[in-house]
Amino acid sequence: MNLNLRLLLTRTDIAALLIFVILCVLFSFINGRFMTPGNITVYLQPIPELAIVAMGVTILIISGEFDLSVGSVFALAPMVTVLLMTGGNVPMPLAIAAGLLVAATVGFVNAWFTLGLKIPSFIATLGMLFMARSLTIVLAGGFPPVFPRGAPVDWLTGRVEIWGIAPRISVLVMFAISLVLGVVLRRRDFGHWIYATGGHPQAARDMGINTTRVKTAAFVLCSTLAGFAGIIQSFRLKVIVPNLGTGLELQAIAAAVIGGVALSGGIGSVGGAIVGVLLLALIENILILSGLNANWFLFAIGAMIVMAVVLNTQIRHRAEGSRGHQ
Amino acid sequence: MASEVEPRLSGATPLIRCVGLQKWYGAIQALKNVDLDVGYGEIIGLVGDNGAGKSTLIKILSGVHPQDEGTIEVEGRMVDITGPRFAMQLGIETIYQYTAMVPEMSIAQNFFIGREPLLWGRRGFGIVDRTRMRQEALDGLRGIELHLRGPDVPVKSLSGGQRQGVAIARAMHFRSKVLILDEPTNHLSVKETHKVLDHVVELKHQGVTSVFISHNLHHVHPISDRIVIMARGEKIADVARGDTSVEEMTRLIS
Repeated sequence: MNLNLRLLLTRTDIAALLIFVILCVLFSFINGRFMTPGNITVYLQPIPELAIVAMGVTILIISGEFDLSVGSVFALAPMVTVLLMTGGNVPMPLAIAAGLLVAATVGFVNAWFTLGLKIPSFIATLGMLFMARSLTIVLAGGFPPVFPRGAPVDWLTGRVEIWGIAPRISVLVMFAISLVLGVVLRRRDFGHWIYATGGHPQAARDMGINTTRVKTAAFVLCSTLAGFAGIIQSFRLKVIVPNLGTGLELQAIAAAVIGGVALSGGIGSVGGAIVGVLLLALIENILILSGLNANWFLFAIGAMIVMAVVLNTQIRHRAEGSRGHQ
Repeated sequence: MASEVEPRLSGATPLIRCVGLQKWYGAIQALKNVDLDVGYGEIIGLVGDNGAGKSTLIKILSGVHPQDEGTIEVEGRMVDITGPRFAMQLGIETIYQYTAMVPEMSIAQNFFIGREPLLWGRRGFGIVDRTRMRQEALDGLRGIELHLRGPDVPVKSLSGGQRQGVAIARAMHFRSKVLILDEPTNHLSVKETHKVLDHVVELKHQGVTSVFISHNLHHVHPISDRIVIMARGEKIADVARGDTSVEEMTRLIS
């Protein structure tokens, strides 16, 4: 087989994409309601929000660190935005900028805990998970603010109609973000540094890369994207509650892993994160349409995570084995 | 600082001159007042037992750690080697025992880690020139007669010796003046070790200076022009190869 094709087939993200396509084709034969505009519209609804979080998480994991606080930031950023809009009468663009700034700051503090105080990011961001959630609840002050009625949110979560399918504009935003991040990772020198920093930190440092700066950027990016995704969800639901995004961090990591990111760092792709999210949502959609007990959803996620990691590890072992033992 | 200034051997400025280098790790003094001159186009074998201070000395030269005391001159200019990047800009390239390669990344990517050629933009914000990376990596490998499957192969599929070959080609590509080789043959087979030693000799013919660190005297002795022996953080001998034998050196080290 051609070397490039063989390399392609050993990639977990490509495998996940194949599984996604196969499941789509199979299920469209099994269930007539699956490939209908109505179902696809419903299916696409929550995808951009989780995918934007998963992309940030993926890039951070590629750089060799973790963020468990994304679910809390997902609530904190829109809480700040909505509070400023309702209580402070701040114009929407400024309020959104403030929400994103808070999210970025959380990312920066995560980076400082991890790189400055030298705590494993798993623990540092676990702490931040609680702190950011607590801040959100305190800000809400017991009474979640009422989402301003008539706030112009259509530019972000309005519907666009394509072939009878009516996804939210946020789907386009998700694609735009993935395009930018994909270019950064694959074509820009900074993207190379992210892979190098996660793939072999010592080598990256010895070759003159400032790995602290690279990881800090990844922390800030991850947190900002999580905050932005939270703002999208809050705008879509026209609601802000302090428990928005609870448990989201694990879903995002699950999607990232299913999309081929290696927890050891240095491997993964933005496209993989989107495919991971599409696959997770697809399984849920199939379970619901089939009238099966949707509580099997968690079981399916769990099984897929394990499968993805097994696949990833097997591939790595085979590659190690093919190395000449000279 | 050196208590005594040594007279210059000749009028020529050495490529690197270290004077009175000292380094402490906590209470442990890893380097005690070490002077070292590195001339143009020579191969220096730096030998010593574990903990003798060889690694500390080269970490200072390659910018991993700063010295606590002492001065370094490169081509007559006093320098403060603040990091690996600065060392590389000075023309000091280091070949590490572990090869300093990212296994998952391709040969071409590894060739240019941290100094990617850019199509557009400035360092850290640029678009990499992939065509140039592949072409120059390929040329670099040919330059040291290393024939591999191509620049897109991930480094993890290479043997240890091939990886060291790529590392040496990389250092050459960036026109290093001094190559510091930190026990590059430790994990290699006999055949591959000879290949690496051949590379070093070949580079000498091209005018590149090498500082070859090893605890294996049999590797160092045949290719070196000068042998520097360290023990307990001090330089205990600095001799031309002809003036010493492996047996004599072994006695000095132990």
